[in-house]
Amino acid sequence: MITFLVFLPFLLGFVVVGVYGERKIAGFVQNRLGPMEVGPKGIVQTVADLLKMLQKEDLRPKAVDQLLFLAAPIIVFGAIFTGYAVLPLTEGVSGSVIDAGLFFLLSVVSLDVLGILLAGWGSNNKYALFGAMRSVAQIVSYEIPLGLSVLCVVMVAQTLDLQEMVTQQGIYATEESFLFGIKGLKINATGGFLSWNIFSMPLLIIAFIIFFISGLAESNRVPFDLPESESELIGGYHTEYSGFRWGLFMLSEYGMMLLVSFLAAILFFGGWYSPFPNIGSFELAEMTNGPVWGVIWLFGKATFFIFLQIMARWTYPRLRVDQLMSLSWKYLTPVAILLLFLIGIWKIWVIS
Amino acid sequence: MIEISGFGTVLLFLIGGIAFVMVTLLAGKILRPERPNEEKLSTYESGEVPASSSWKVFNIRFYIVALIFLLFETELVFLFPWAIVFGNKEMVAETDGLWGIFSLTETFIFIIILALGLVYVWANGMLEWVKPKPKPSDYQSKIPSGAYEKYKN
Repeated sequence: MITFLVFLPFLLGFVVVGVYGERKIAGFVQNRLGPMEVGPKGIVQTVADLLKMLQKEDLRPKAVDQLLFLAAPIIVFGAIFTGYAVLPLTEGVSGSVIDAGLFFLLSVVSLDVLGILLAGWGSNNKYALFGAMRSVAQIVSYEIPLGLSVLCVVMVAQTLDLQEMVTQQGIYATEESFLFGIKGLKINATGGFLSWNIFSMPLLIIAFIIFFISGLAESNRVPFDLPESESELIGGYHTEYSGFRWGLFMLSEYGMMLLVSFLAAILFFGGWYSPFPNIGSFELAEMTNGPVWGVIWLFGKATFFIFLQIMARWTYPRLRVDQLMSLSWKYLTPVAILLLFLIGIWKIWVIS
Repeated sequence: MIEISGFGTVLLFLIGGIAFVMVTLLAGKILRPERPNEEKLSTYESGEVPASSSWKVFNIRFYIVALIFLLFETELVFLFPWAIVFGNKEMVAETDGLWGIFSLTETFIFIIILALGLVYVWANGMLEWVKPKPKPSDYQSKIPSGAYEKYKN
C-alpha cells in the first residue's frame, strides 16, 4: 500500500526528470548543449513537452482495429506498472508479500509483449507491424537469458521474496553469508558492499552482465532499439499513435528501464543496504542503515543503473537483426545455462 | 492503515495504474481539439496512398523463434520452484547431503535434454537470420590511391 503511494508518483517524476537528464547527457556526449530554452538551463522542457502532448489531437486512422488500437497502450503500461507491486522499498517496508514474488514480476512484465503485438497488428500499418514483430521476437528471445540469470540469484538466495532476498545481503541477515562464496570467510557482522550478492558469490558478476544486456533488450533501448529504429521503421509499433497515447508507450519504456534498474540493485547490489561496511569498532554500516537511508540507497543505486543505460544508448550503434538473434541464442543463453550448473555445484559443495 | 493481502496489493497496483492512465486520457480528451479530416485519418505510408492492408502473411522465422522460446520458457517455469528448495538446509541435513546431490543431478539431466534441443535447433540453422552480403564495388577511381595520404594530416 505504501509502496503504491511511493512508486506511482516516483515513476511519473522520474519520467519527467529522466527524459530531461537523458537529453542533457546526450548533449554532453555529442558535445552540444541539449535543451536550453524553457526555463533556466531548459529545466522545465519535459513539463512543456508533457503539456503539449496532452493538447495534441488524437488521430485514429480509419483502417485501424479500434478495440486493439485503444487497448494496447493501457495493457503495456498496466503490465509494467503491476511489476512494481512486489518491489521492496526499504527496511521494514516490503512490497506485496506473495510467495511467487520475483516469478510473478517476471511473468506479469512479459505481458507487455501482448500489448506491443496488439499495437502493431491493430494499427494496420506496415511499419507498425514490422516493428511489433521485431519487438516481440526480440523481447521473447531475451526473456530466456534474463530468466536464467535471475534464476542464478534465486538459487543462491533460496527465496523468491524480494524483501527477504535483500535482507540476506547485509548486516540484518539471519542466514550466514560468506565473502567470495568461500566457507570460513564469514561476513555477516561486517556487512556493507562486501556482503552484496555479487561479492558473496563472485559468479553472479557474469549473471549481472547477462541480466543487464537482456534488460536493455527487454526495454527496447539502444543498442537493441530495432523495433522502433526511426531511420528505417519510422517509429515501429507506435507509428500510428499520437498525443498522450503515444506518451503512454514512452512512459512504459521509461517504466521498464526503471524496473530493470531496481531489479539490478535488488538482486545483485544489496537493494536498500548501504555500501559502507563496519570497520572494527567503527560501525559505519549501523550508522548508514535504516528506513530513511534505505530509500536513499535503493533509489540512488537505481539512478546509477539508469545512468549506465542512458550512456549505453548514446555511445553504441544499433545491432543488426542477425547479430541480435545470435547474441541472445548463441552466446547469452548457453553461458547462462553453464552458469546455472556452476552455481548449483558451488551452492551444494562449497557453501552448504 | 488498512491491511491488504499480498494479491490485494497487486490488484491495487493494476487498478491504480489503469485508473491513472484513464484519468490522464480523460484530461487529454477535455483539452485537445477534435478536427479530423480525410488526410489525417489515412494510414501512414511515407506519404503515399497505402498500397494494401498490412494484415497479411508474415515471415515464418518469427513463428520458429516463438516455438524455441516456448521450449525454454517451460524450462524456466519448472526450474523456479526447484531453485528455492534444492539447497534447503533442513532437507540436506535430514538426508545427510543426499537431497542436494540428488535434486541437482535430476535437474542437470533435465537441463541437458533441453540444451540438446537448443543444439538441434542451432545445427539445423533455425537460428540463422538473413545476413546482409555486401558486394565489393568494381569502381576504379582515376585518382591514385596515394594522393589522399598527402592531405591526411
